[in-house]
Amino acid sequence: MATETDVLVLGGGSTGCGIARDLAMRGLEVTLVERYNLTDGTTGRMHGLLHSGGRYAVSDRESATECIEENEILRNIAGHCVEMTGGLFVKRPEDSDSYFREKLEGCRECGIPARALSGREAREREPYLAEDVSRAIEVPDGAVDPFRLCVANALDAEAHGARIETHAEVVDLLREGADVYGVRVRHDSGPGRRNHGTSGSTEEITAEYVVNATGAWAGQIAAMADLEVEVRPSKGVMTIMNVRQVDTVINRCRPKGDADIIVPHETTAILGTTDEEVTDPDDYPEAEWEVDTMIDTLSELVPILSEARTLRSFWGVRPLYEPPERGTADPTDITRDFFLLDHDERDGVSGLVSIVGGKFTTYRAMAEEISDFVCGKLGVRAACPTAEEPLPGSENLERLEDGMDDFGLRSPIARRSKQRLGSRSRAVLETDEPNPVICPCEGVTRAEVRDAIAQSGSDLNAVRIRTRASMGNCQGGFCCGPMANELHPDYDEVTVRRALDELFEERWKGQRHALWGEQLSQAMLNYALHATTMNRDRDPASADPSDPEADAASLEYAAFDAGEGR
Amino acid sequence: MAIEDDVLVIGGGLAGAIAALSAADADRGARVRLVTYKQSTLRHASGLIDVLGYAPDGEGPLADPFPALEGLPRGHPYERVGIDAVREALDFFDGVVGDAYAGGHTDRNALVPTHGGTVKPTARYPTSAAAGLASDDRDGLLVGFETLPDFDAPLAAAHLEAAGVPFDCRGVTLRFPGIVRDDAKVTRYAHLLDRNERVGADALEEAAITTDGGEIGSRDALAAAVRDRLADETRVGFPAILGDERADEVRADLADALGVDVFEVPMGPPSLPGIRLEEMLYDALEAAGVRVTSGVPVVDYETSAGGSDRIARVVVDRHGAEIPHRAEQYVLATGGLVGKGIEADRERFVEQIFDCHVPHADDRYDWFVDDVFGEQPYARFGLAPDHELRPLDANGDPEFANLRAAGAVLGGYDYAAEKSGAGVSIATGYVTGTRAAEESG
Repeated sequence: MATETDVLVLGGGSTGCGIARDLAMRGLEVTLVERYNLTDGTTGRMHGLLHSGGRYAVSDRESATECIEENEILRNIAGHCVEMTGGLFVKRPEDSDSYFREKLEGCRECGIPARALSGREAREREPYLAEDVSRAIEVPDGAVDPFRLCVANALDAEAHGARIETHAEVVDLLREGADVYGVRVRHDSGPGRRNHGTSGSTEEITAEYVVNATGAWAGQIAAMADLEVEVRPSKGVMTIMNVRQVDTVINRCRPKGDADIIVPHETTAILGTTDEEVTDPDDYPEAEWEVDTMIDTLSELVPILSEARTLRSFWGVRPLYEPPERGTADPTDITRDFFLLDHDERDGVSGLVSIVGGKFTTYRAMAEEISDFVCGKLGVRAACPTAEEPLPGSENLERLEDGMDDFGLRSPIARRSKQRLGSRSRAVLETDEPNPVICPCEGVTRAEVRDAIAQSGSDLNAVRIRTRASMGNCQGGFCCGPMANELHPDYDEVTVRRALDELFEERWKGQRHALWGEQLSQAMLNYALHATTMNRDRDPASADPSDPEADAASLEYAAFDAGEGR
Repeated sequence: MAIEDDVLVIGGGLAGAIAALSAADADRGARVRLVTYKQSTLRHASGLIDVLGYAPDGEGPLADPFPALEGLPRGHPYERVGIDAVREALDFFDGVVGDAYAGGHTDRNALVPTHGGTVKPTARYPTSAAAGLASDDRDGLLVGFETLPDFDAPLAAAHLEAAGVPFDCRGVTLRFPGIVRDDAKVTRYAHLLDRNERVGADALEEAAITTDGGEIGSRDALAAAVRDRLADETRVGFPAILGDERADEVRADLADALGVDVFEVPMGPPSLPGIRLEEMLYDALEAAGVRVTSGVPVVDYETSAGGSDRIARVVVDRHGAEIPHRAEQYVLATGGLVGKGIEADRERFVEQIFDCHVPHADDRYDWFVDDVFGEQPYARFGLAPDHELRPLDANGDPEFANLRAAGAVLGGYDYAAEKSGAGVSIATGYVTGTRAAEESG
């Protein structure tokens, strides 16, 4: 099977989806392929900070300026993905006074609204800040839902004619002489929306131009065309608390260091992070000390964190890059700027560009610059509309609140649903059918789950990132099953079982790093519900766990009690 | 004057209730008190009484749990108490619950359909589940409801067939007549049927039920909704919401109206069969003269003078007042990680009241394995008792001469994997209760 497209984008993270949307809106035919789910690489594994730029105001003013510009743009075009929490850079007595002054100055010079607060003023705003926090700088940091934002880009790209293929792994770059002209992908199922258990196929996709937007994996992709891209992947841990101990982004005001940020995110707070270079972005140690550092170090800023409940921890890998000749040793010192590697100019191989480095907040600006570059290569003259055109869900948000009813839902459920869906709320939630809550922790109803399934197929992790279902306190213990039930009857029983197992395993993965206190109790309850009550661990229908389609073991039903007198 | 009893049971779940009931059993005649703090985990439980569904090495499902009980590893609660005690305890349980439970006619396990759609082995089941057993070869219809997303009947039916059950199974999804809110609690369904509330014409029409006109009782309405969908199946299964206090009556009415056997499929929390069992146990405690105080935590304890290894009294917090409770013998039945008799911080596992020794790996990254359903160490951490069920300290000596432990606070077994939770609670509750009463007399 072979297909043709104008531009082929590799990677379904924020960069790839941003580029796909941008090029599709400029009228190009775009195909995007992603190995797993959208956001599965680095985008879905970050702390969800919408930078004000304050973080870079001392070390990298160019980045800082770009951050504040994009911060303002995203508030407009992606309002339903952003919560403007505001941010504080807080200083403890041992942190440097001169750095504090430099930070304040830097913010002002980069156009970042910044105001110095006393320790008392900072605690009035965030009462759980430590008593010895002496000063703070207020900046317009925010929280952004990277899943929602990335998916909205993909949806809009599709609305403009793009083809988005998830679970399509690039197995080869097609190169003839000095020209890259496409890829070969292996579809996990399909092509099309994911459907567990249907056999996949291999497809050759040829294109006028190929954009390698695979971030930390860019080196692996380039190597398929015998090109070298020296990405320096660097891991960082994020630890999720079950409540928002703070409603403002809290940054430690010091030059660098592990565990220096707390981002309030939906009903949780996310602690971050570490910065350690790794060799393989798919295989690196997830270490106990990293989680302990988050809790112990950030408790210096917000002491109640030491006793609080953590839900899970996860790791992400930054796609850091610098030209090899720079040779920076410490990954924290590698620039967060992005690099556009034109392989024609660099290696004499045409048809391919690789994007490395960069940061989430400026994904749109990166996408614009890369799209300009691709358009230049293809001789296309079209202006970039992405800074003005709102993403699906964010159109006319200011009018949303007034005119809308609650769709028969209890008000906390309705409020949270509308926050997630934005201007898509009516289209998704208005239904004549009963619309019970599927995920009580996050307030997700059947209608929203079914909308996500319609977008993504039988992949419940794709449903999770779209809806937040299974991301709350119970970490899926109560709602994984009901989520899976919604796949039936469109998907058959074996497919539903596979999808459920996959989601339940994924939820367990993060909880392993939070197995003490309340979450350990929750984990045992989840285990008991799924193993004791449902017998999912020893399900006779899945006689061979590695092959759910194997026939049930010849369970001898007649050997068991059939009831008294039977 | 201190509050004084022969036996004080701490914890009001299945293990604690059975301990108190067996201690108060007329033959032994002990004066027994039970104090509980948190809501019991029974309402999380399916209400099935599992004894041993799978051997610790995973072999199973076991058609007969008793031969496997012989081969359990040293330290397993069943190994501690011995098989005879398990049998006596089950007899005792059968006596407490009477007709409400079945399965006591045989040693064999039954395979009960679960709301996830497969089957699980269990030793005793509520009579409400009896007509649903998977070894019964009669064809079955499963009925689910649009507003109960926990149970998808067509999917469960397909899953049962994938599990190889010896009958044809079909599922249908209906609107529940008389339920107005899409997120009504399961107890609302049960009470609607308990009270046989009238269902108005509009609600009937919405549920596509045609009547001669006017409102009818919710049981008739439900039967009418099912009747149209019934083919030649001779048994019909519902999620376990068929009444609370009048569950038997609700089921009988539905069976009469449909001319078939009716059964319930046990559900997750909040679980009506679990709640019904809890109510039954508390009625029995009252009838046996056990003094029950609920909602009060034990906050401290004191040993007898002279550095003795006997507990002299415990201190109970009653709404801010610290009230000493004395007893000759104490039973600790505060539950495991779910019931929070056992808790952990990032460093260690602790038993909450007496700080009894909990053997466990030092590094918390050795508390789990990566496969969610693998052999999970955390599920097995708990107290290590002697054959008398007295918790042992790190040196292998009893922590206290007059303290025994029962139920999930004990370690050395994984009840979720083995399907042994209720059985261990009953067996160890029975042994601790009888021993405590004997020694206090």
